[in-house]
Amino acid sequence: MKLYPRQRHRVLQVVTKLVIPFVLMFGLYVQFHGDYGPGGGFQAGVIFASAFILHGLIFGLKRTRDVLSPTVLRFMMASGVLLYAGTGLVTMLFGGELLNYSVLAHEPTHGQHWGIFAVELGVGITVTGVMITLFYGFASKR
Amino acid sequence: MDTLIVLVLLTFLAITAIGIIVLRDLLGAVILLGLYSLTAAGAFVVMDAVDVAFTEAAVGAGISTILFLGALSFTKHEQKPRGHDSWVALIFVVVTGGLLIYGTLDMPHYGSPDSPSQTHPELAVRYVQESGSEVGPPNIVTSVLASYRGYDTLGETVVVFAAGVAVLSLLGLRRRRPEDEAPEDAPGDIPAADPQDNPRRNV
Repeated sequence: MKLYPRQRHRVLQVVTKLVIPFVLMFGLYVQFHGDYGPGGGFQAGVIFASAFILHGLIFGLKRTRDVLSPTVLRFMMASGVLLYAGTGLVTMLFGGELLNYSVLAHEPTHGQHWGIFAVELGVGITVTGVMITLFYGFASKR
Repeated sequence: MDTLIVLVLLTFLAITAIGIIVLRDLLGAVILLGLYSLTAAGAFVVMDAVDVAFTEAAVGAGISTILFLGALSFTKHEQKPRGHDSWVALIFVVVTGGLLIYGTLDMPHYGSPDSPSQTHPELAVRYVQESGSEVGPPNIVTSVLASYRGYDTLGETVVVFAAGVAVLSLLGLRRRRPEDEAPEDAPGDIPAADPQDNPRRNV
């Protein structure tokens, strides 16, 4: 009788299902709390991606691809960089230098806050996309 | 006390590195690589570089271990024994390593009062004192990375993007529907999970 991984790794699968929401939450926390504690877009992207990679390891690549298709990932990879560079262009439209966020709002520190938020979000989206793409690339080739 | 902890961690690092070199079992070597990164992250924490430690733990211990495991699934788990020892390679490695060590001799010692950041403190003092009113976030690292050095981070993001594009073009994600070929079992099954159940693997 052929044993499918579904039956082989029941404990791992249950534990994974329990863990994944917390990993995603922690990723978001690291992303949006980077102003106050350690962390930021890059680390958050990696943590966020690791949740999907864990899902892929335990449940198989096929099901992870159903959740997050490679096409979506490609959009994510590009849109993060575009968000970052776009923020720079918007600051120029507002009359400042490239990536000088102070011009984004009346209060310079508010502008900085918005700018850093957008830029870190861009980094996070790109890193998430690239990391999961790397994993898909390796895992689908065997 | 800090010095003692750092010494222990660095000794651990050296032992792990030697273990990686000696080990023939590639799976074990990959696990040791993860351990190496985790130990390095611990050392960074002791040196108060929490952001760096965070990145090292997430990327070095987490993602790259997974990617190495993925790469392992292309190949056998045992390193091929080399018939001969290459002296040329040894000489190259010794010379390169010697050059690297020679390069570190010019660097200031850790925490040395003569280091450039101590003798020219204007920039660091500016960041520490002014970033709160100029940029805002209490975490100065974030202010420097995202605002003061926004260009650098933009470049880094583009590098990450380029790496993703490079992998896409080298390994290529197939366009066909995944159920045609995506294996039913998870890639994580390969390493040690259940070798006797999986005759396709060379374990």
